[in-house]
Amino acid sequence: MTAEELNELIEQEVEANKLFVHSINVCVAAGCLSSHADQTLDALKKEVKAKGLDKEIKVKGVGCMGLCAAGPLVEIRDASNAAQVMYQGVQGEHAEQVVASAGKQSVQSLVCDTSIPFFAKQVKIVLENCGLIDPERIEEYIVAEGYRALQKCLQELAPTKVVEEVTKSGLRGRGGAGFPTGLKWATVAKAQNKQKYVICNADEGDPGAFMDRSVLESDPHRVLEGMAIAAYATGANRGYIYCRAEYPLAVKRLKNAIKQAERVGILGQGIMGTTFNFTVEVRLGAGAFVCGEETALIHSIEGKRGTPRPRPPFPAQSGLWGCPTLINNVETFANIPPILRKGGAWFASIGTEKSKGTKVFALAGRVSNTGLVEVPMGMKLREIVFSLGGGIPDGKKFKAVQTGGPSGGCIPEQFLDMEVDYDSIAKVGSIMGSGGMIIMDETSCMVDVAKFFMEFCKSESCGKCVPCRVGTSQMYDILCKVTDGTATPEEIAMLEELCDLLKSTSLCGLGMTAPNPVLTTMKYFRNEYDAHIQGKKCPAGVCKIKAAQEVLV
Amino acid sequence: MSSISAMPAPPSSDKRWKLVDAAIKRHGRAGHSLIECLHTMQECFGYLDEQGLKYVATALNLPLSKVYGVATFYHIFSLKPQGEHTCVVCMGTACYIKGAPQILAALEEKYGVKPGETTKDNKLSVLTARCIGSCGLAPAVVFDGDVGGKMVSSDALKRVEKWMNI
Ligand SMILES: Cc1cc2nc3c(=O)[nH]c(=O)nc-3n(C[C@H](O)[C@H](O)[C@H](O)COP(=O)(O)O)c2cc1C
Ligand code: FES
Repeated sequence: MTAEELNELIEQEVEANKLFVHSINVCVAAGCLSSHADQTLDALKKEVKAKGLDKEIKVKGVGCMGLCAAGPLVEIRDASNAAQVMYQGVQGEHAEQVVASAGKQSVQSLVCDTSIPFFAKQVKIVLENCGLIDPERIEEYIVAEGYRALQKCLQELAPTKVVEEVTKSGLRGRGGAGFPTGLKWATVAKAQNKQKYVICNADEGDPGAFMDRSVLESDPHRVLEGMAIAAYATGANRGYIYCRAEYPLAVKRLKNAIKQAERVGILGQGIMGTTFNFTVEVRLGAGAFVCGEETALIHSIEGKRGTPRPRPPFPAQSGLWGCPTLINNVETFANIPPILRKGGAWFASIGTEKSKGTKVFALAGRVSNTGLVEVPMGMKLREIVFSLGGGIPDGKKFKAVQTGGPSGGCIPEQFLDMEVDYDSIAKVGSIMGSGGMIIMDETSCMVDVAKFFMEFCKSESCGKCVPCRVGTSQMYDILCKVTDGTATPEEIAMLEELCDLLKSTSLCGLGMTAPNPVLTTMKYFRNEYDAHIQGKKCPAGVCKIKAAQEVLV
Repeated sequence: MSSISAMPAPPSSDKRWKLVDAAIKRHGRAGHSLIECLHTMQECFGYLDEQGLKYVATALNLPLSKVYGVATFYHIFSLKPQGEHTCVVCMGTACYIKGAPQILAALEEKYGVKPGETTKDNKLSVLTARCIGSCGLAPAVVFDGDVGGKMVSSDALKRVEKWMNI
């Protein structure tokens, strides 16, 4: 597709939309779909037809609007795309009322107040199209300034300039470790090999995290555009998206998006009339957490067991089939198009000194507003949990936020006023991770939580290196003893020693970070460990402590 | 390197092998497509049996040991058949915090099956998952592919009950 053809397509789409006075947007991402948003969508379409309004009102499926717990969410927008009202919990039976309210008095009983901090305090870059465009139509993405950044790169910027812009933005990898993206791109770009690859890590293995899922389901073209720009900048011509098989809808939308992009010549050979070629293929994971680790992921794409290997060499030097490979997370790629459209300096003006831009967080657990939020880096943890998240429901008391999944830690109340960015979270012993935030209240036992994550690491350990394979097992056994009240002080000392051992001697990040949940809970909730060991009591009432007689026999 | 031999004959005349064949050929019988092919086979048959693994090994020109190694490494692949219906309880962090263990306990109490097991009448398999990405609706349970959110034990038992009485 040439630039003229792209403009033509935009004109056609705008022309076709001109006739509509209103649009009714129904969230069809996974969260709302499990509350039967598909039936809501059908009912609304039928209602509009039945009332003969199908020339005036456009009913369409869109991506995630964030507040998954209140789904299915429906939004009415006018011709200028300004929001009239958002409705929550809309079922098929509400279709008549909802359609009748377009441009008129809203249905009060269904209104979802979008002036609450959950919506009002968000700054959307990655999620800018979510809830606005139909993820299954490339035309809508293109009208929303999609593929304009790729066009600009191909026509105006040399690959080195593209890398420079990304470096200038200060973007850091959103997959967990926060590695500077520009530096990674520069390394791959410098490699002399003819064959290079770009891989998008869509494995999202952290339990409790669903940011990547939402982006893939709501705006798949954004990820493709980010990958294409990366390929142009680094000199790659093939790409893979490694997506976990637990996300069938994301896989379907990605495959659909790739087909559409190929059809209009945005992927494939001679993209936009230039000599740039780039093809993308989706590869399915098969339920192994360790495959999120980049070298294990590469083995998995090669059709092998997903075991990691020592680095260096890093994938940027020797990755897929031994070729230089750029591997970035979904959200990292999703940040790329706006950075190139608006410039690296614009991106760098948002966030904190060392963590630029925004971060998408998945709020889950014991918090009132569960769902997705995108906020500038540096927002206070308290603000995220209590203002956007709406605090703890049922009058319970806040206990901790767990970030970073099995590799992260539990952050207690005393750090609620911390500004959230890569470095400050690391300082308190956790990691930013991919952005999952599980909020816990007094009903959670922190030793039990540590045991939960250790069980996870134990069974997800690939078994290649001894510290991780045997160490996680031993740590799990000790934690079991703590939770049933039979652990001895010597065993606690052993637990601490094992933490140190795993951290310093494991082969990959899984083993190296597996002690984090134990270390942070031991540090901040030592009283709970003591209560189990000395007091033979679980303060939260979660663990079943063995009675004294049971221990003796 | 051994040259690519002719496609082997499928293990049986079952029509579903045609779909597996198509997956094998779509990737040009390349060894790196092993995981994709196993996915297709499991989708078609519900699990991976020994005959099938041998067939895929021959078709992709891979040693059976390697195919077996891959099939057992990944959690999604199952080497034994599942019951008629599957109930997957998410045991990811969000669901765990919000009461997934109680749902599992209720299922075990009522039907006598632990995660990974199937009832004697072969009607129900109970499985667990590591987060299915519906954390906003925790706890989540998947009934034959249909995700149910904000589950409590009684809802889950009711949904399963419907299968058991047919
Ligand atoms: C055990 C383990 C699991 C990981 N899981 C993921 C994951 O699910 N998604 C992801 O993007 N990165 C994951 N990573 C990080 C990747 O190895 C890699 O650093 C990342 O994909 C790089 O992309 P980025 O620079 O854009 O963050 C994991 C790392 C480890 C050690
Ligand atoms: S933890 Fe259950 S869906 Fe994420």
